[in-house]
Amino acid sequence: MNALFELLLRSVFLDNLALSFFLGMCTFLAVSKRVDTAFGVGLAMMFVQTVTIPVNNLIYQHLLAPGALAWAGLGEVDLSFLRLIAFIGVIAAMVQVLEMILEFHLPRLHRAMGIFLPLITVNCAILGGSLFMVERSYGFTESLVFGFGSGLGWALAIVMFAAIRERLKYADIPEGLQGLGINFIVAGIMSLGFMAFAGLG
Amino acid sequence: MQDSNWRILTRPLIDDNPLTLQILGICSALAVTTSLDTALLMSLVVVCVLALGSAMVSLMRHQIPHSVRIIVQITVIATLVIVVDQLLQAYAFELSKRLSVFVGLIITNCIVLGRAQGFAMHNGVVASALDGIGNGLGYALILILVGAIREFFGKGSLLNMQILIPTSQGGGFEPLQLMLLPPSAFFIIGGIIWLIRRKRPQQVEKPEFSLPVKGRETR
Repeated sequence: MNALFELLLRSVFLDNLALSFFLGMCTFLAVSKRVDTAFGVGLAMMFVQTVTIPVNNLIYQHLLAPGALAWAGLGEVDLSFLRLIAFIGVIAAMVQVLEMILEFHLPRLHRAMGIFLPLITVNCAILGGSLFMVERSYGFTESLVFGFGSGLGWALAIVMFAAIRERLKYADIPEGLQGLGINFIVAGIMSLGFMAFAGLG
Repeated sequence: MQDSNWRILTRPLIDDNPLTLQILGICSALAVTTSLDTALLMSLVVVCVLALGSAMVSLMRHQIPHSVRIIVQITVIATLVIVVDQLLQAYAFELSKRLSVFVGLIITNCIVLGRAQGFAMHNGVVASALDGIGNGLGYALILILVGAIREFFGKGSLLNMQILIPTSQGGGFEPLQLMLLPPSAFFIIGGIIWLIRRKRPQQVEKPEFSLPVKGRETR
């Protein structure tokens, strides 16, 4: 139990996907002009991460990993090279299913996420999360915790970043550094802040 | 009117750089820049995938139905990336371990899909391949620059050759630990963007509104 909690803290703060692995940076910089849109995309991210990483974990462990097909008498078959394309397929399908379910059962939440849900399919943070899950060989429960934690961390980072950017509009920034330049500097300082959790847990 | 091939190749280097102007492909780029050799390898891989991917999409552009074009493009790119990934594991195992998941992440790199969608779908094979190489080189330029700065100041070496001797070995150079941490990549890219925009002010985004500043004329 303690180890799982530690993993959760780690994936939210120290191993934050956006700020320490630079994943999902395109979305991170593009849709963080206002806090409410940032909140929508963060929410969508959290949802998709929590669902896709455990599903990918099951698929990897039971179909793709070396020796996973032993039950079918194919013990020596290693399909792990297919994981990239399999994960992308799973992510695209899961996003589609999620969108239908949300639209039907939770229309308000669906509206809050807006158009970001389908966009997230090609977000590197989602695929990156699944690949990290394989590389660090997480089990099913761990991948569930990791999926939720990393999604939460990403959402936290983008909402905070958007809040800072809203304030930055009123700042007098040197010409040339305006716009993209200052955004990178801000993200760097935020990343420093998240690094400060290194001693935790 | 089509640009000349030379312009297609050179424009993405600085004038229309994918990283600093189009904000594409930052995702998988920066985590591999802690040292120069991983940055170089990553650049090489991206240039290959971009050139081949653009050329292949361009070859198929008349056959691809409009409604499924994204899926077809992703499949082409994913196939190329899997091949490259297997090649790296076969011939450069140590380095591919250090690149970890980031080779796979080239699939979702926005540059590759962006160029396939935005350029290769409407242009000939040669132009598309050149455009792919140009954008790849523009990306490589930034990546190598950041990689060199981080390795030089973080470890005092370039390509694992010690240039400055650190104090722990009796030299006069104190390694900057910060350079090996993720935040420094953000700072360096911010600085590079600043430099480019000093030289080319037309790249600065128009501010949404300007503030009246006392004692200075508003521009």
